[in-house]
Amino acid sequence: MGDVLEVGEKKVDVDEDGFIQKWDDWDEDVANALAKTEDVNELTKEHWVVVNYLREYYTQYKIAPMIRLVLKETGKRLGQDKAVSNKYIYDLFPSGPAKGACKVAGLPKPTGCV
Amino acid sequence: MVSEKIEAPILTGSITVPKIKENASIDQKCHHAAEKHMEKLGFPGVKPVDWKEKALKKMKELLKKYRSLKVYLDTCVRCGSCADKCHYFLGTGDPKNMPVARQELFRKIYKRYFTVEGKVLGGLTNAEDLTEEVLEEWYTYFHQCSQCRRCSVFCPYGIDTAEISMAAREIMDSIGVGQKYCNEVLGKVYDLGNNLGMPGPALRNTLDFFEEDIQETTGVDVKLPLDVVGAEVLLVSPSADFFSAPHVDSLVGYAKIFHKAGISWTLSSYASEFANFGMFIGSYAVMKKVATRILDEARRLKVKRLIVGECGHAWRVGYSFWNTLIGPLDFLDPKYPIPQHICEFSLDLVNSGAVKFDKSANDEFTVTYHDSCNVARATRMGDKPGGQFEIPRALIRACCNKFVDMPDDVNREKTFCCGGGGGLLTEEIMDLRVKGTQPKAQALKDLMESHQVNLMVMICAICKAHFSHVLPHYGIPMETVGGVHQLINNAIVL
Repeated sequence: MGDVLEVGEKKVDVDEDGFIQKWDDWDEDVANALAKTEDVNELTKEHWVVVNYLREYYTQYKIAPMIRLVLKETGKRLGQDKAVSNKYIYDLFPSGPAKGACKVAGLPKPTGCV
Repeated sequence: MVSEKIEAPILTGSITVPKIKENASIDQKCHHAAEKHMEKLGFPGVKPVDWKEKALKKMKELLKKYRSLKVYLDTCVRCGSCADKCHYFLGTGDPKNMPVARQELFRKIYKRYFTVEGKVLGGLTNAEDLTEEVLEEWYTYFHQCSQCRRCSVFCPYGIDTAEISMAAREIMDSIGVGQKYCNEVLGKVYDLGNNLGMPGPALRNTLDFFEEDIQETTGVDVKLPLDVVGAEVLLVSPSADFFSAPHVDSLVGYAKIFHKAGISWTLSSYASEFANFGMFIGSYAVMKKVATRILDEARRLKVKRLIVGECGHAWRVGYSFWNTLIGPLDFLDPKYPIPQHICEFSLDLVNSGAVKFDKSANDEFTVTYHDSCNVARATRMGDKPGGQFEIPRALIRACCNKFVDMPDDVNREKTFCCGGGGGLLTEEIMDLRVKGTQPKAQALKDLMESHQVNLMVMICAICKAHFSHVLPHYGIPMETVGGVHQLINNAIVL
C-alpha cells in the first residue's frame, strides 16, 4: 500500500501518510521533497538542526526521541542554554514533531497515542 | 497531511442539533491494515473469496458468545433518544452517525440471516443482504464510532452501540478487512511491548533524561526505575507518557509522588504499555495477549501492587476485564485495589498527609476537568459509587486553587468523547475528528470566556493527544490540554 514520491529522477516509496518506507532512500533532496508535502517550503538551518538530531537518535535507538529530548537538544545545538519551546518546533513543522519533523527526517511515523 | 483542508465548525455558544446532510462524512475512511499487520494478529491477510460466508459464520459465533449483542439487536424500538447524542453526528450531520442508524447497519444483516421475519420478509422488515456495498458502509461507519457509549446513557434500554461496533470490527478482521491504526499498533505491542514501538534502551534513555531534568529543576534526586525485581509497585502507564507533550509531565508527576511517598516502584520495558487496543477491535484473544504481558511481568518482577497511569480505555480493560482476562491476580497484596488507579493512589497519600502540595504553584491556571468516556461510563474508581468522577476532581482541588467544573450536560456520565477515542486517533480522518470535537470544544470555549479557564486536565492519553492536535483548529491553544498528574508535578512539595 502507499504511493510514490518523485524526487528528480528518483522514485521513493512512501506509505499512505507520505512517510518514506526505506531508511536508505533518504537524502537531502528527498528531505526537501518531503518538506514540501508538510507545508514547509524551504528547509532552513533551523530545520536541519532538528532533522539531523532525529536521524542521529533514530540510528542509535530505533525510535524518534521523545518531545522533551527534542526541545532540549535543539536548544543546545542552537547554542542556547535552555530548551526551545514546543511552539518553536510547530512553527518549523506545522504538523508537529511526531508527524512533520519525523516525516522530513525519513523516520517511520510514530504510532500510538501521539 | 497539513495541506488537506480541515473544516472546523464555528463555535456558536451552544450545542445544537445540525441539519441532516446525507453522506456528509462518507469520505472519512480509515486506512486499511496491510497484510503483515493483519497476519501478525492472527487474522487473514486478505479478504477470502468466500468472505460473506465467513463473515456470517463469525456473526453467528458472536451472537452465541455474547448474549448482550443479540439482546441489543432485538431490543431497539427506534424511539430516537440516541439520535442527537453522538458527537460525530452533532459535528457532521451525517445521519449514519446517529447511533440508531449505526446499529442498523449491523441489525439489518442480523435480521436478514438470523431472524425468521427477515428470512421470510426480507426488505419489508429492514433486512438486507450482506454485499460488498454493505461491507464498505460497515468499514466506514463502524470506524466513525469512538465506542464512547454516550448514546447508551440516553437509551431507555441501555443498548450499547460500542459493543455492536466492536463486534462489527471483529467480524471485519476475521475476513481480512482490518484498520491500519489499531492493528499496526497492536503488532508493535506484540514485538516490543508498547504502542510506540519503543525499545528498552530508548525507554531507559528517556527516563534518564527525566531524572536529570528533575535534579536540575528541583535539586532533588528522584528516580524513574526500570525493570527492578522486588519493587513494591509495578506502574504500567500508556507509552505516550514516555514520548509526547503533555503526557510526559504526568509521568514526572507519578515519579515525584512515588518518591515522596517513599514507596519502591518500577516501570517495565517488557510491559511498557497500559493501552490495550484489543478492546477497540473487539478481539478477546488479542486483548488477552496484550494484557498477559502485564501479568507475566508482575510475576517476574515479584511486585506486590499494580498501579496504572492516566489512560482511559485501558482503565476499562484493567478495572473491568483484567480479572477474567488474566486473573485472579491473587499473588498481589489484597490490601490494595487490583489494579489501582494512580489518581486513587495519589489521593490516598494526600488524605493521609504523606504528600503536601503548594497550590500556588498552579496559580497561573484556572483548571477544568474533562471526563474521559471509558473512565466515566465503563468503570468506577475507589470504593464509592461515582469515585471515577470524584477522585480525580478531589485530587485536582487538592493541588490547585482555581477549579471550575464543566456544565452538567457535557460532564460526568454525560461527557462527550474528545473526538479521537475508540481507535480513531489517526490523521486520515482528521476532518471527522475535528468535527466530532465540536461539543466538547464548545463547552471548553464557554468556560474559557466566562471563567478564564486556561487548562483542561484529563486522565487519558488519547484525549490528550487528540485535543492537542484538534483544539488549535478551534483557535484554542494546545497548551490548554494537560494531565491531572501534571498539576501534581507542578505543586508537590519534595
